[in-house]
Amino acid sequence: MRVNVLYFGTLKDLFASGRGAGEVIDLPDGATVGSLLSLLRAQTSKQSEVWRTLAVAVNQKYAALSTVLCEGDEVALLPPVSGGAQSRCGA
Amino acid sequence: MRVELRRDVILPAQALEEIKAASDGAICVFDGVVRNNTRGRQTLFLDYEAYEEMALDQMRGLAAEALTKFPIRDVTLLHRFGRLEVGQTSVLIVVASAHRAAAFDACRWLIDTLKKTVPIWKKEHFADGAVWAAGEPFPDELVAAKETQR
Repeated sequence: MRVNVLYFGTLKDLFASGRGAGEVIDLPDGATVGSLLSLLRAQTSKQSEVWRTLAVAVNQKYAALSTVLCEGDEVALLPPVSGGAQSRCGA
Repeated sequence: MRVELRRDVILPAQALEEIKAASDGAICVFDGVVRNNTRGRQTLFLDYEAYEEMALDQMRGLAAEALTKFPIRDVTLLHRFGRLEVGQTSVLIVVASAHRAAAFDACRWLIDTLKKTVPIWKKEHFADGAVWAAGEPFPDELVAAKETQR
């Protein structure tokens, strides 16, 4: 099955080499959010703090590692969000 | 309830006037503005990126939740994305209620929750380079990897 994976914020930079803001990934049936993350992590040589802090949304809803993916799902990898006014660490 | 994710300028005074009703005794406003520096580095401008559909959906959910959670009458929640200049409003929250305590509480809850859960990111552009701002940690229940760490 194929899912559409989207990258945001700093993850876009991490995956910038040829992937851009998103890509279609082929996964075995029954694959979960967790197995997709393991696959992506293995594909990038760069180790990043972001893997331990990111959230995943499936079809625009926050999802767990155990969430089972389906054909055509939109899976977004979201680094910690920084909307609003400037963050307190900038104060 | 008015919720918008937009590219164009936010006018706080206008939003404040628009929400007022005769039964209101308090209007509480949080106006988040672009500051001219971060840790001493001079900020030229900010670039906000949003996962648009999800961000808007989350913002609508927060505004609706605030209306059930606090004894308030109405909420306006506006957030910009794209390029923002120093001094411009990036997020505006306006809460109208009969009494001030609920308006303050709802306003504070809305900005604190928005900053942790609404998928919007900002890149800070300085005179000497650009960086993605460090975000607020997600609440534990939203962090994908927390399941395996337990």
